[in-house]
Amino acid sequence: METISLKINGVEYNVPKGSTVLEAARAAKIDIPTLCYLKDINEIGACRLCLVEVSEGGRPFRMVTACVYPATEGMEILTNTPKINKSRKTNLELLLSNHDRKCLSCVRSTTCELQKLCLEYGVDETNFAGAKNKYKIDDATPIVRDNNKCILCRRCVAVCKHVQGIGVIGANDRGFDTHIGSAFDQILGETSCINCGQCIVACPVGALYERDDTDKVREAIADPNKHVLICTAPSVRAQIGECFGYEPGTDCEGKMVAALKKLGFDGVYDMNLTADLTIMEEATEFLGRVKNGGALPMITSCSPGWIKYCEHYYPEFTENLSTCKSPQQMFGAVAKTYYAEKMGWNPEDIYFVSAIPCTAKKFEVGRPGQSAAGVPDVDVAITTRELGRMIQKAGIDFKALEDEKFDDPFDIGSGAGAIFGATGGVMEAALRTAAEVIEGKPLEKLEFNEVRGVEGVKLATYKLGDITLNVAVASGTANAKKVLEAVKAGELDVQFIEIMACPGGCVNGGGQPIQPAVVRMTTDLRKVRAAVLYNDDATSDVRKSHENLAVKKLYDEYFGEPNSHKAHEILHTHYIKRGL
Amino acid sequence: MKKNLTTVMFRGTKAQEEQLIAVIEKYRGTKGALMPVLQEAQEIYGYLPIEVQKIIATRMGISLEEVYGVSTFYSQFVLNPKGEVAIAVCLGTACYVKGSGDLLDKITQVLGLPAGSTTPDGKYSLEATRCIGACGLAPVLTVNNEVYGKLGVGDIEGILAKYK
Repeated sequence: METISLKINGVEYNVPKGSTVLEAARAAKIDIPTLCYLKDINEIGACRLCLVEVSEGGRPFRMVTACVYPATEGMEILTNTPKINKSRKTNLELLLSNHDRKCLSCVRSTTCELQKLCLEYGVDETNFAGAKNKYKIDDATPIVRDNNKCILCRRCVAVCKHVQGIGVIGANDRGFDTHIGSAFDQILGETSCINCGQCIVACPVGALYERDDTDKVREAIADPNKHVLICTAPSVRAQIGECFGYEPGTDCEGKMVAALKKLGFDGVYDMNLTADLTIMEEATEFLGRVKNGGALPMITSCSPGWIKYCEHYYPEFTENLSTCKSPQQMFGAVAKTYYAEKMGWNPEDIYFVSAIPCTAKKFEVGRPGQSAAGVPDVDVAITTRELGRMIQKAGIDFKALEDEKFDDPFDIGSGAGAIFGATGGVMEAALRTAAEVIEGKPLEKLEFNEVRGVEGVKLATYKLGDITLNVAVASGTANAKKVLEAVKAGELDVQFIEIMACPGGCVNGGGQPIQPAVVRMTTDLRKVRAAVLYNDDATSDVRKSHENLAVKKLYDEYFGEPNSHKAHEILHTHYIKRGL
Repeated sequence: MKKNLTTVMFRGTKAQEEQLIAVIEKYRGTKGALMPVLQEAQEIYGYLPIEVQKIIATRMGISLEEVYGVSTFYSQFVLNPKGEVAIAVCLGTACYVKGSGDLLDKITQVLGLPAGSTTPDGKYSLEATRCIGACGLAPVLTVNNEVYGKLGVGDIEGILAKYK
């Protein structure tokens, strides 16, 4: 790697050529505060918090924004002078002058990047008292927007437009009236927002958050007439530790299960199981479409953000979507049909909760075609963040918990189910099962490495028996767009596509614990969390969905076989052509 | 100033839409085309309602929010059509110190119409303008192309009565 040498606060460092001043300083382990900066996503130098003094070619020092200013050979950088500190402090006061400073009950208190800087710089109130904007909170959808807390950093706008290729939010009006909103100031629910929640994860403050559904769960638990059941998505175990100070990429499955039991759930189940069930249905559906000339390429349907994206932006592809419900919805449906019958319970007395790294799942629970027993399959979906808050509020010492195991009879998930949370995981799980069905013999190698990794689009060709299969995997809806456009143009000939709305898949979902920009600069959360799932898979006794005995039992006792009439009624759904 | 959304029903014609589509096609492939497209769209329709912005967004392959963001950033783009009776009050420095702010408030009160908007029936529109270059007559307002100068709040009802 080519390097340049420069001086930071009088000390000489070698840093990679092409770095910005911010990158150079952080490479030298010297932090410069940032607010609007989000690596690779929003690098616009807007908030003026990263001001530093630089001198080039012996010229006098002047102030620049470190996040966008290129570092050059021989440059001298000062990051901590009284002049800089005063400017940063003034900028913080200006930001606070139009910020709703209700920090006490703010959902982002202690994880707020603005609050942290105010603490560091000793800013509590503002010297710039004056007019303040007053905005109505938009809370009609699972994504809540509170412009009164917004600092106009535009991280949410950049994620929505560039990473997801959607752009339903942006800056409206100008000057003091500037605010983030949708076209014609419609509420999000009236736009083509897909509820992916990537904006929430990008927000440095409390201007964006998910609708909190935890009170509903607590009430259900307190109701003696309800059987309150919960299942946790594959990724939650790889994220939940972060709510309690663990490093990203720590597997906390055992403690998570223990915490859920302490919270009072009557059954704590592993969604990896219905991930396996999804594979049984989806792989069968796919082979059926290949054999009978159904709509190809078939596209996965696990990600409700992707589903809504497809319905709005590519309604012509809704026939290509697998009709399988998502693993979350399948679980609720199985609980309220099969399990209710088995236990002699009225489905209405079951309160089914899913814990999920996703905000779009909150929308999914209310979709039509998701009520197999005549009542909603899933009553409420809570994000990993909400689950973390529930555990905290209940006074449970998460770190001190002894590992526990999921409850019978939904305690088995295969390794194939575990990797659902990472981009490419559903494809790999489906390929493992499809290959064995087609070839009629056990696979020699279970890893399909070509579809692993965090690249936005992955293409691969596999030969299963006498079928040559071209597959595509995309994560992040901007990448989904690339794949679909290529399919439309006839440039890409694939039979099976996996699409996840969030970049990297569910491990990086809109419901994940929020890591500040400074962590996201150096840690690829998609990678370290996915590693937990791939490790789960590698160390599982059962690594193929069709070998999951709990799934087998479901078919033996209830569904008969994959894609049976009963399976169709309970485990499949339909879509809406929404358009824009 | 924050722009007001219109309450006037859209009355765009097929011919106008064809004109707009031709404009969009003319700029296809041009970088930074949104601004000139919006300018020409405003020439065609007189203003930029959601119906027009949707055509632009869809045909240009950009999000509606991006179009709207630009249309609300620049003061020359308007979201409300001019009324049959288009009133403009000059808020340039000279007029303002001579009390044109009070004239504006009075008209708002009489017509129930905030600055920057149009009555739902399309009859009246009220706009606050920058200096129109008639400082000698301050404070000034115009109705359609008529100029009224050296006004007091007491003159307003009389002027409006002429356009009933």
